[in-house]
Amino acid sequence: MMETVVALQGVSYAYASQRVVLADCSLQLRRGERLALTGSIGCGKTTLLELIIGLLRPTQGTVEVFGSARTAESDFHEVRQRVGFLFQDSDDQLFCPTVLEDVAFGPLNQGKRPHDVRQIVAQTLQSLGLNDFANRITHQLSGGEKRLVALASVLAMQPEILLLDEPTSGLDYESLERVTKILADLPQTMLFVSHDRSLTSRIATRTVRLTHGRLETTGEATTSSK
Amino acid sequence: MLGSSRRAPGQLPASPTAFPPVMESLDPRGRIIVTLLLSITFALSYGFLTLAVGLLAAIAATLFTHAGIGKSLRRLVPVNLMVLAVIALLPWTFDNVFDGGFDAVRFSPERLWLAVTIGLKANVMVLWTVVLLGGIDLITLGHALSHLRVPEKLIHLLLFSVRYQETLQGEYRRLRRAMSTRGFRPRADRHTYRTLGYLIGMMLVRSLDRAERIVAAMKCRGFRGRFYLLDHFRFSRRDACFAGWIAVFLSLVVWLEQT
Repeated sequence: MMETVVALQGVSYAYASQRVVLADCSLQLRRGERLALTGSIGCGKTTLLELIIGLLRPTQGTVEVFGSARTAESDFHEVRQRVGFLFQDSDDQLFCPTVLEDVAFGPLNQGKRPHDVRQIVAQTLQSLGLNDFANRITHQLSGGEKRLVALASVLAMQPEILLLDEPTSGLDYESLERVTKILADLPQTMLFVSHDRSLTSRIATRTVRLTHGRLETTGEATTSSK
Repeated sequence: MLGSSRRAPGQLPASPTAFPPVMESLDPRGRIIVTLLLSITFALSYGFLTLAVGLLAAIAATLFTHAGIGKSLRRLVPVNLMVLAVIALLPWTFDNVFDGGFDAVRFSPERLWLAVTIGLKANVMVLWTVVLLGGIDLITLGHALSHLRVPEKLIHLLLFSVRYQETLQGEYRRLRRAMSTRGFRPRADRHTYRTLGYLIGMMLVRSLDRAERIVAAMKCRGFRGRFYLLDHFRFSRRDACFAGWIAVFLSLVVWLEQT
């Protein structure tokens, strides 16, 4: 059995409004897995991802990433260097004026030299078929292009794990196919939230369903496109 | 050498002018400093000859920009609308309105002269700014300013405004459309003011939400409060040459002003 990279143990979370979104959830993500997280809108799927990356802290329970317990903000700095998070709204993720700067932002934060960063950016863009995008203005991109550039900005940090929040939502058919195909070919361990059945059936190796704050493993088909 | 210090998105298509548009190939940092120097010099100058020379030199300099003379001069129109208002109002003075009524209002030639000087100054300064900075896109301007040690917070404000202006505008349009599809027409009544208040409030709330999500996204990519720049400008021989010309021109202006 492969090593466990993310382990949530009895995690609960409630917003300040007292609304409990997660109650005693336990989850394990093993290296090489592509775990799909499904459930109705507003049931706390995004909250679960945010707990793993440390944007939120659980009210109860423990979060373990890469074999160590993570509690303080400083514990999560390392997590964020090694785990990529794709936001649902790409406009939130792409904040730099140009694609080049946006994709370079992560690697520069990792302390890489500008010369190397340029190379990483070029390689990442090329691997996603975005060769001529470096000097494009981010807010002028189409929805599908924004999603791909956001993915590029995450992949440029060479993460070991990808957390994807509805990677195909709001895309037209063509972009949806393109994103699905790219995700299917990526080597990273993944945990993704999606309502998109075709995405789930094509790339997930296991599916977990979140209902009323509790996780239940569904016996869904465990196909892998690999 | 040409363009080595510049970024691709700022480059405009070349216009068919007789002179090469060298202004755009100069280091933006140098252009910002020169703009500052010239503005201060002309703001402190009062001689008609000084200002006239300054204006003629600026007009001549427009020939070396992408925009060319016509487009550059057209950018002076809004300034001159204000200048016209100054010239129309400033020369009238009233010594003792209460004693003499409207007869006390009189025309003062010295004040007219002052108004013309103000107008001339405004034109010289704005035209030089258009010439020197008009060809820099906002993003490059932000980077150049950060190289000049302008506080990072101000620059981030500029760059984030550039980036999110359109997103916010889109949000405004969506809300506005949602309002008009339910029959909202602005009138001069309380319902209208309240509704517009909700619109502004909603945009503030949404912007705040978005700002929080953006910070979260930045943290996820390892952001810890410091921005690293990828681009570096280069000060070339062409820039040194430009600095030389500006030094000569500034000496001339100062000399004219003192004689």
